[in-house]
Amino acid sequence: MAATKHPQILFASMLRGGQTVLLGEAGWVGDPREAVVAHDVEAAAALERRGKEEVARNNVVDVYLADVEIGADGAPAPLHYREKRRLAGPSVRPDLWARREERLR
Amino acid sequence: MTAHEPNLAARSNEPIISYRYDEHDRAFVRARVAEFREQVRRRLEGALTEDEFRPLRLMNGLYLQLHAYMLRVAIPYGGLTAKQMRRLAEIADRFDKGYGHFTTRQNLQYNWPKLEDVPDILEALAEVEMHAIQTSGNCIRNVTSDQFAGVAVDEIEDPRPTAEFLRQWSSLHPEFSFLPRKFKIAVTGAREDRAAISFHDIGLRIVEDANGARGYEVHVGGGLGRTPMVGKVVRDFVARADLLAYLEAILRVYNRFGRRDNKFKARIKILVHEIGVDEMKRLVEEEFAAIDRGPFAFDADEFARIAAFFAPPPYETLPGRSEALETKKRENRDFAVFVSTNVAPHKASGYAIVTVSLKPIGGIPGDASSAQMRLLADVSERFGFGELRVTHTQNIVLPHVKQDDLFALWRELSAADLATSNAGLITDIICCPGLDYCALATARSIPVAQAISRRFQDPERQRLIGELGVKISGCINACGHHHIGAIGILGLEKKGQESYQITLGGDPTFSASIGELLGPGVTAQEVPGVIENLIEFYLSQRREGERFIDLWRRLGHARFKEAWRREGEDGVDI
Repeated sequence: MAATKHPQILFASMLRGGQTVLLGEAGWVGDPREAVVAHDVEAAAALERRGKEEVARNNVVDVYLADVEIGADGAPAPLHYREKRRLAGPSVRPDLWARREERLR
Repeated sequence: MTAHEPNLAARSNEPIISYRYDEHDRAFVRARVAEFREQVRRRLEGALTEDEFRPLRLMNGLYLQLHAYMLRVAIPYGGLTAKQMRRLAEIADRFDKGYGHFTTRQNLQYNWPKLEDVPDILEALAEVEMHAIQTSGNCIRNVTSDQFAGVAVDEIEDPRPTAEFLRQWSSLHPEFSFLPRKFKIAVTGAREDRAAISFHDIGLRIVEDANGARGYEVHVGGGLGRTPMVGKVVRDFVARADLLAYLEAILRVYNRFGRRDNKFKARIKILVHEIGVDEMKRLVEEEFAAIDRGPFAFDADEFARIAAFFAPPPYETLPGRSEALETKKRENRDFAVFVSTNVAPHKASGYAIVTVSLKPIGGIPGDASSAQMRLLADVSERFGFGELRVTHTQNIVLPHVKQDDLFALWRELSAADLATSNAGLITDIICCPGLDYCALATARSIPVAQAISRRFQDPERQRLIGELGVKISGCINACGHHHIGAIGILGLEKKGQESYQITLGGDPTFSASIGELLGPGVTAQEVPGVIENLIEFYLSQRREGERFIDLWRRLGHARFKEAWRREGEDGVDI
């Protein structure tokens, strides 16, 4: 299996609420620790396939893969600041960034 | 939209301060709400794909941003009633996160609506004669104007009747709903340009001919974005009776020759630049001469009917000088400072125009909480006939305040953190949402504005520096107007990091100019220090009464480049 340059996770926005989500084992999650990480081309393609199926089911929109690095705690962290911002919320209103579980409701 | 209810302007027992919907307008907006409700239902049920739905939601001002949907609400030429402002607050509480963001197009954006709630939001807006139509898409967008319209002492004519006339003409215009690109129009009727008309696709300046007849100087092809251009005058005078036909001719030429092949070259400014202003004039005049004037025949009665909505409110007869105001200024220095920075002279004797800054020190430019919106609605009723204006500089104006009431108003504003004395000063920063919210952004802009604001928070020093426009955009699309800031800041990505280019010399007024790049990009942490150096240089070099932009023009860009960067500056936590 060909390795990707960097591990990858799948980003999307929920159709109803617009929240940023990541593809997890059992569905869309807000916590990167619960995201499925693709380490090779085949796994990344599988993530994209699942994402497109979810788009077709009208659960999410704007699905794309983003490069990550795996931290010491084993959690994936985006390499690019744009995706870091998507996960961290507006830096200027941290008071609004409720717990991820709440945001996804 | 054309209104058809001739007695509308005279029927109310309260002052008429804005255009009011008639049955035609109401039916049109309600039909759009119902239509969008159905479109959302079909999208959520899967009958519409995202590719099919996206253009429909954009036609109703609904974008998908980094963290959520964003709904852009139209505020025609920035005018709001107290009732409308209260409704905006209610929507912020009920459907969003308790605040809204006032934009450089005099609109309001909600950052957190859910798709399924948007039809209800639009219905709530329609109940107070508001909507989100044409706040996105390749159509004629919200017509903007001078926030001091109707009350400015330097005004030839109130531009709002013209702006409303154009709003009605351009709403769902069948020929111009799918232009090569978006199209923005601004109107001013004053001798000083507070609406940045030189940086619009069409800028209109109300002028008088040799006989005193009112008409329009027409500027075409201005704009910001990745290719900033100053608009060119294509006609020194277009008679009022010919205005719609003339604009129709411009739009037709643009519709025919605009670059639909390349999104980045599709604005009318590129067309004007590529063919030249003389050829543009020739094409427009040719079209204007050939156009069937029948559908565009000027209806003087209709214009007068619209103008009646903007008649002055029932001012009291007052002396030009308020002893109560002078006394309070002597007694309270903070209040005196506020009056000197945020209060402008008014056409009516004894009245004043108040700019309420949405730029508290270290705050988010343009944001207002629902509580602040309600307070603004309340004070507008208590002190100003219930009228408010949104400015393109992301502030709020109370256009008719008695000088005698200024102190009481100031106390109310102070209690709500709305009395920052910085209108037009270095901390009155225009700033787009940037990468904290916007899907197009390449860097954050708000934290940079906050850092500059904190750096220059000393009110005495701000006033010492004087008039200075700092404008920040988080990407090349320039929603933060960085090109026309005396100091402009553009956030970009450089080697995977946020980087900020600084420009100098931008000017949004009739002496329009586009800022010039100072040097290589700097980090966010370095921006306040760079600006400090520029300010120190300015203060050391200026002559009596010379503004930053004036000095830059006198000394030239090269002298500022020498001064722009010193080592050892402190930074900011971004």
